[in-house]
Amino acid sequence: MASRYDRAITVFSPDGHLFQVEYAQEAVKKGSTAVGIRGTNIVVLAVEKKSVAKLQDERTVRKICALDDHVCMAFAVVTVSIRLTADARVVINRARVECQSHKLTVEDPVTVEYITCFIATLKQKYTQSNGRRPFGISALIVGFDDDGIPRLYQTDPSGTYHAWKANAIGRSAKTVREFLEKNYTEDAMSNDNEAIKIAIRALLEVVQSGGKNIELAVIRRNQPLKMFSAKEIELQVTEIEKEKEEAEKKKSKKNV
Amino acid sequence: MALQDVCNWQAPDTQESSLHLPQVSGWTLPRGCDPQAFLQIHGPKLAHGTTTLAFRFRHGVIAAADTRSSCGNYVACPASQKVIPVHQHLLGTTSGTSADCATWYRVLQRELRLRALREGQLPSVASAAKLLSTMMSRYRGLDLCVATALCGWDRSGPALFYVYSNGTRLQGDIFSVGSGSPYAYGVLDRGYRYDMTTQEAYTLARRAVAHATRRDAYSGGSVDLFHVRESGWEYVSQDDACVLYAELWEPKPSKEEEETSKAQS
Repeated sequence: MASRYDRAITVFSPDGHLFQVEYAQEAVKKGSTAVGIRGTNIVVLAVEKKSVAKLQDERTVRKICALDDHVCMAFAVVTVSIRLTADARVVINRARVECQSHKLTVEDPVTVEYITCFIATLKQKYTQSNGRRPFGISALIVGFDDDGIPRLYQTDPSGTYHAWKANAIGRSAKTVREFLEKNYTEDAMSNDNEAIKIAIRALLEVVQSGGKNIELAVIRRNQPLKMFSAKEIELQVTEIEKEKEEAEKKKSKKNV
Repeated sequence: MALQDVCNWQAPDTQESSLHLPQVSGWTLPRGCDPQAFLQIHGPKLAHGTTTLAFRFRHGVIAAADTRSSCGNYVACPASQKVIPVHQHLLGTTSGTSADCATWYRVLQRELRLRALREGQLPSVASAAKLLSTMMSRYRGLDLCVATALCGWDRSGPALFYVYSNGTRLQGDIFSVGSGSPYAYGVLDRGYRYDMTTQEAYTLARRAVAHATRRDAYSGGSVDLFHVRESGWEYVSQDDACVLYAELWEPKPSKEEEETSKAQS
């Protein structure tokens, strides 16, 4: 039955589905995992980096992009199909232009909610137009507003957006989200390092080969985006592993 | 339509200049005629001439203006209101053409209200000034005359911007606009301090407008005084300009004089 209503984007099925949008959401579920954490003084984005081919220049494969000095975005997209990474590039370009236009017209930098709303509206337009298909990407948008409050938003291909304390998108997003629900506490988040660690730990749950397949970026209040180098990520990973070992030792001591 | 966007095609008769003012029909001019020159020669003679001032100090922003609306040599209205509220925390003093000012303030109110609804908070005074100046600069060369000072209190505290219809937008602590402004500036520059008390600020504003109405033919009537505080704007007083000027010359005995006269008697 579905096959009769899923060719055109602008056709509802009899039971109220827009199949093209749902298929786009399926595409997102195949993309590499991304995790966003909102701390008290810091926001963290961590993305799984697919292993790069031998001859490919690593620096050109970036999943975390700055939209403005105080806002950045990570997206989950199927990396195999070149088409959909291009989707992300288009959305990012439009968002960057909008950030600067807003500054030009209104003198103030965009709030994180404003730019998220803009991206979501853009995505929604493409679900209601003739001859187009939805963007096959979900995005996590983080940043600080003028009033110093950190924010994390998530958008999906249908054009909805929500604010989150911590979220994951892409492959195994459900597992990661469950991990975050168990381990995210507001008190721990007042420590910047803890926020970074929980992002890495969440990603390590699903990433195959440890620290070298993780891309990490943070924004601290009143500071620009900082991408972590591979070394810094390795440091964090070794600390996490140490903590794990100590926790295991304590457990075994208790048991004995 | 998708094809339209891909080819960047635009319908040929989009009236760009009426973006903010709906249903505005353009002037029909003889072909080859420059609009500004045409208006200067044949256009209606519009109302000008006023004294308005605004200054920013620790406890907010003061806006004061006279109330005479003149049209050439004739007083069109002796009791017009030249300080227009935009929203709870923003006022504008208007000078230039009364009709232009009134219209553009209504357009500004609409723009700010829409943005407040979309974004959940009112734009700052800097944003309002930017919006107004960009809207008006599209009509440059068509003899718009709006010289206004936007006075408001936003997240950054008391804020004051001067906007002119050719697109000028300046931030400052003291502005006076209109034909009476040189006289007002003289008094303001003498008495202004950021750390004034509210009463001192009121006195300074009244004094400045009173002096201007005394010497400038196009200013007169009454003196309106407004104060924008953190909690919003407040209409402080309206005093007749002549009465106010006369009061300035009544030598009120200072405290030292009173004491010396008491000591002597």
